[in-house]
Amino acid sequence: MLKDKDRIFKNLYNDLGWDMESSTKRGDWYQTKDIISKGKEFIVKEIKESELRGRGGAGFPTGLKLSFAPKTLGSRPHYLVINADESEPGTCKDRDILRFEPQKLIEGCLIASYAISAHTCYIYIRGEYFREGQRLQQAINEAYKKKFLGKNACDSGWDLDIYIHYGAGAYICGEETALLESIEGKKGQPRLKPPFPALVGLYGCPTIVNNVETIAVLPTILRKGAKWFSSLGKPKNTGTKIFCISGNVNNPCNVEEEMGIPLKELIEKHAGGVVGGWNNLQAVIPGGSSMPLLPKNICETITMDFDSLIKVKSGLGTAGIVVINKDQDIIRCIARIAKFYKHESCGQCTPCREGCGWMWRILERMADGESTYQEIDLLQDVTKQIEGHTICAFGEGSSWPVQGLLRHFRKEIEKRSHEEPLIKKKNNVPYLIDQHLLEKDNA
Amino acid sequence: MSTKKVSKIQPELFEFTKENLGKVKVEISKYPKERKQSAVMALLNIAQIQNDNWITLAAIKNIAEILVMPYIKVYEVATFYSMFNLSPVGKYFVQVCTTTPCMIRGAKQITDACKKYISQKQNELSENKICSWIEVECLGACVNAPMMQINQDYFEDLDGDKTEEILKKILNNDFPEPGSSKKRTSNAPEKGRLTLLEVKNA
Repeated sequence: MLKDKDRIFKNLYNDLGWDMESSTKRGDWYQTKDIISKGKEFIVKEIKESELRGRGGAGFPTGLKLSFAPKTLGSRPHYLVINADESEPGTCKDRDILRFEPQKLIEGCLIASYAISAHTCYIYIRGEYFREGQRLQQAINEAYKKKFLGKNACDSGWDLDIYIHYGAGAYICGEETALLESIEGKKGQPRLKPPFPALVGLYGCPTIVNNVETIAVLPTILRKGAKWFSSLGKPKNTGTKIFCISGNVNNPCNVEEEMGIPLKELIEKHAGGVVGGWNNLQAVIPGGSSMPLLPKNICETITMDFDSLIKVKSGLGTAGIVVINKDQDIIRCIARIAKFYKHESCGQCTPCREGCGWMWRILERMADGESTYQEIDLLQDVTKQIEGHTICAFGEGSSWPVQGLLRHFRKEIEKRSHEEPLIKKKNNVPYLIDQHLLEKDNA
Repeated sequence: MSTKKVSKIQPELFEFTKENLGKVKVEISKYPKERKQSAVMALLNIAQIQNDNWITLAAIKNIAEILVMPYIKVYEVATFYSMFNLSPVGKYFVQVCTTTPCMIRGAKQITDACKKYISQKQNELSENKICSWIEVECLGACVNAPMMQINQDYFEDLDGDKTEEILKKILNNDFPEPGSSKKRTSNAPEKGRLTLLEVKNA
């Protein structure tokens, strides 16, 4: 287990208070000026060496991302955008950072803004986190009062302004280009890439978009050194991560742990075990709803880091662990996730807009035992038609959980799918679009 | 993408209150001068809170004028985002999360309580016309599941009985204490906490 002294978020459980005074007491804003005075190249190099990977789901190396911004400020301003649109089912880590460790985020914003030459930073918070946004605004105001923000922020010679932008309940705005569209005051529909936001982003200017957790860990990495951070976890999967353990466990919780911790340890030690005991475990969704689920036999040994989870055809994602025990109907659980995606599809690409609805309806029928045997392969085919055929990664996010279900629980589905195909039943279904197929001549 | 019904009964006028006009100015000042349009979501939200949780077409027109935007662009944004209500909802607007993490921890008990106390159907006003409820997608408090949101506040770690208590209160026009019903103040495990103990006991 990770030692307390190596934990970055010391106030994850709000034992110490979130205000400026308590934050500075536990080390925030300590020698920030010195870090910045070491220069942009040093900051980016140090983050590259720490091998920090983005905490928003894709696991893209953060140092590399920061280095994509043009080195010098041209005629267009640069922007830093923080993605706090946390909507992935199973994930609630950013909320705790906003509530209890806002100064870490603000300090990270200053350092990252300096590294990419941005004078303006927008924090995009989901609209439902109204109270968390208020808390962050208070923290920002405190930082302005202390002159940590504004003109000559923290005496570093760099000017920075931070603004909060509220979302309004659209999951897709967590996708970086949709998020930028949303800040521009449009519908949150993803843009085609390239051009990547690092060159053409917010208002057509160079923009770097990062997750809350990624930015909030930067100050600590730079203070304690890249070596310290990369000594934790596994090679290429370094450092610590906040895991959110929810679902059928005795004590659902958020906990900061080392990358590469065994899943079983997280569930048994920190979350008080599965409801009904470990043997009552049915499946675990390891990284937020868009990652394929893992059956019990894989959960026994799997470790929680990007690369090990990819090996078992799943992913770390946002590290929102949803534990599902045997009292639940696994098909119903995934059907509900499919409904989520059907609801949240932005409607821009046809495969996703239509396919998400198809997947949901087929899964609902499967859960009710009203599907035919042929529909199992049909469902698999639909997921493959969506995956990779959309502008953004929503297509993958919506089809992977269904593929996971088909991969590991096909027997369960087969048990229930005995219905005769509708076409053989010859009952008159007036709303069926393929009505003509029911007529003998055409069939 | 959610389908939404725009209310057929529409008040003719909408004006921001003096206090809210101040807020509107603050929101617009966040963005570059030539990018006023960015403030559209914030303004819609202010209008929604001012007007008992729903946005009238008059408000959309008013916002379009303030931001110098085509009316249809504001309308487009208002219909795209699911948090904007385009037809009347209750003064107390209950949103119940029913996505998988909440579902497997018993969100059905909450929806059942809503059906019993508020209205059988979603988006229907309660008998005393001050409350309505709706099922929504993940609200991002999965560790505190099951949960619901009333106006801007989260009510977490609920079960059937506790939901009933809360609903009875709001139906009596009284706003209950938000937060966890198990008195959790953070996302620490309820029992058997193993981390950051030195900090806690210091």
